[in-house]
Amino acid sequence: MAGTVTSRLSAKAVVRAKPVSEPRAVKWLLIGIAFVFLALIVLLPLLTVFIEGMKRGWDVYISALTDPDAVSALKLTLLVAVIAVPLNAVFGVAAAWLVTKFSFRGKNLLVTLIDLPFSVSPVIAGFIFLLLFGAQGYLGPWLDEHNLQIVFATPGIVLATMFVTFPFVARELIPLMQAQGTQEEEAAATLGAKGLRIFWNVTLPNIKWALLYGIVLCNARAMGEFGAVSVVSGHIRGETNTLPLHVEILYNEYQFSASFAVASLLMMLALVTLGAKSLVEWKTAQRNKETLEG
Amino acid sequence: MKGSRTRSILPGFGLSMGITVFYLCIIVLIPLSCVLLKTAELSWGEFWSTVTAPRVMASYRISLLTSLAAAVINVVFGFIVAWVLVRYSFPGRKFLDSLVDLPFALPTAVAGIALTAIYAPNGWVGKWLEPLGIKVAFTPLGITIALIFIGLPFIVRTVQPVLEDLDAEVEEAAVMLGAGRWRTILRIVLPELTPALLTGFALAFARGIGEYGSVVFISGNMPMRTEITPLLIMTKLESFELEQATAIALVLLVISFAMLLLINYIQWRAGRRALSR
Repeated sequence: MAGTVTSRLSAKAVVRAKPVSEPRAVKWLLIGIAFVFLALIVLLPLLTVFIEGMKRGWDVYISALTDPDAVSALKLTLLVAVIAVPLNAVFGVAAAWLVTKFSFRGKNLLVTLIDLPFSVSPVIAGFIFLLLFGAQGYLGPWLDEHNLQIVFATPGIVLATMFVTFPFVARELIPLMQAQGTQEEEAAATLGAKGLRIFWNVTLPNIKWALLYGIVLCNARAMGEFGAVSVVSGHIRGETNTLPLHVEILYNEYQFSASFAVASLLMMLALVTLGAKSLVEWKTAQRNKETLEG
Repeated sequence: MKGSRTRSILPGFGLSMGITVFYLCIIVLIPLSCVLLKTAELSWGEFWSTVTAPRVMASYRISLLTSLAAAVINVVFGFIVAWVLVRYSFPGRKFLDSLVDLPFALPTAVAGIALTAIYAPNGWVGKWLEPLGIKVAFTPLGITIALIFIGLPFIVRTVQPVLEDLDAEVEEAAVMLGAGRWRTILRIVLPELTPALLTGFALAFARGIGEYGSVVFISGNMPMRTEITPLLIMTKLESFELEQATAIALVLLVISFAMLLLINYIQWRAGRRALSR
């Protein structure tokens, strides 16, 4: 299921024979429609963030980013990503290995369950951890007894983020590993290689770029998650505020420039993610070329 | 069949199965099942009166209608974008291709404040629409625009690969048999793309119903008028009405799962069609 943007290389457009192509006028009209639509819906918001952030000048921009609350929000966001992303990456690799290298009963069900978080509202994603670990939740009294706090604290934010970004790495790897089949690994196993060695020397070189993109995408979503984190964070300034929540607080306090300044940081994260995607596509194209030539 | 899997000489079945199932249970299944458990504490009457209260019904209507409108618009324009990207070469094609991914990589809250700044009555686009009597921000139209932004990559990225894999020979054959270009697209290309378009539609629709971050800023959040269901759950949580929030969350989950099943069914049918050739 195409829940994510796959790192599949978009093939170069081919010049087609006249009878199976459109008249020039239609072609340029369609290209025009595509450009205007994307400009209005996607490009304009992108530019707005930078322009609004810079509106009051460089000083306001810098002071918004060096504000102690902003810095602590950035630290928390990084901390959450550092915990959630590697765990999801390990899961993603394990799940992709399981799904693509073996056939077993219930595989389709398992794949559907892995995709499940895609279709759950982020608000519900946060809410379920409130139901489990909150004061009125199922484990609430026990946690209280042992003086453990999960929701309205960092662990809750990490859990909600993990839920939301759960399928990303697996989703990038499964189509690729499915296409590559199992022959190479089986050959390695026949020659006597053991589990980890097969993975390191045979599988990993084949999937490293898709894995990298999966991790980068997972990271972007982890750092940018808003709805789920909003439910479990408790919005304590300087303590349980992540960057997206900080953007919201500034915006609701009518500090628009500061809000857009912080938002521009997150926008750059998104642009880096898109850059990583281009890099992965380029590397994949090179690899395919080498395989064809070699 | 006796064993639950065919034998493979590859190692790691137990380990990867263990990690996957354990992790899936801890992060996804156990927490999600809490919604069911908690709702079961309500009597049927309480549940029903909660999920059919006028304000809640209004929120379903707004969520469903705006998601539907956004998904339909995305199917039309997403198809054009995918078509242009696959079939034509023109300057700026790579740039256009990258733009499509932005909604996927951009934090939803950032999209939300940016769209509000653009479409608010004093915003870049909003101030031109205001004299024409078109209000975008703080109306269902604004919610729809936010959901178009969110859903766009789902349509384009599901249609694109299918369009790329379409053999030129089929279209050439249609031309040989005397079909015009328009007729070829309508009768040959579109039927091939229908499963991908439907899947993209369902994905965008499902995502739209649950979307929160990009919508809360632009919607204005007026009960009965621009309050979407996820926001209503949030409001109930903030006023400590946990039972009510759970009941509404269950309804939203059921809708999402129905969409997920629909998507799997469409793909299964498309896969069977491809196999039968």
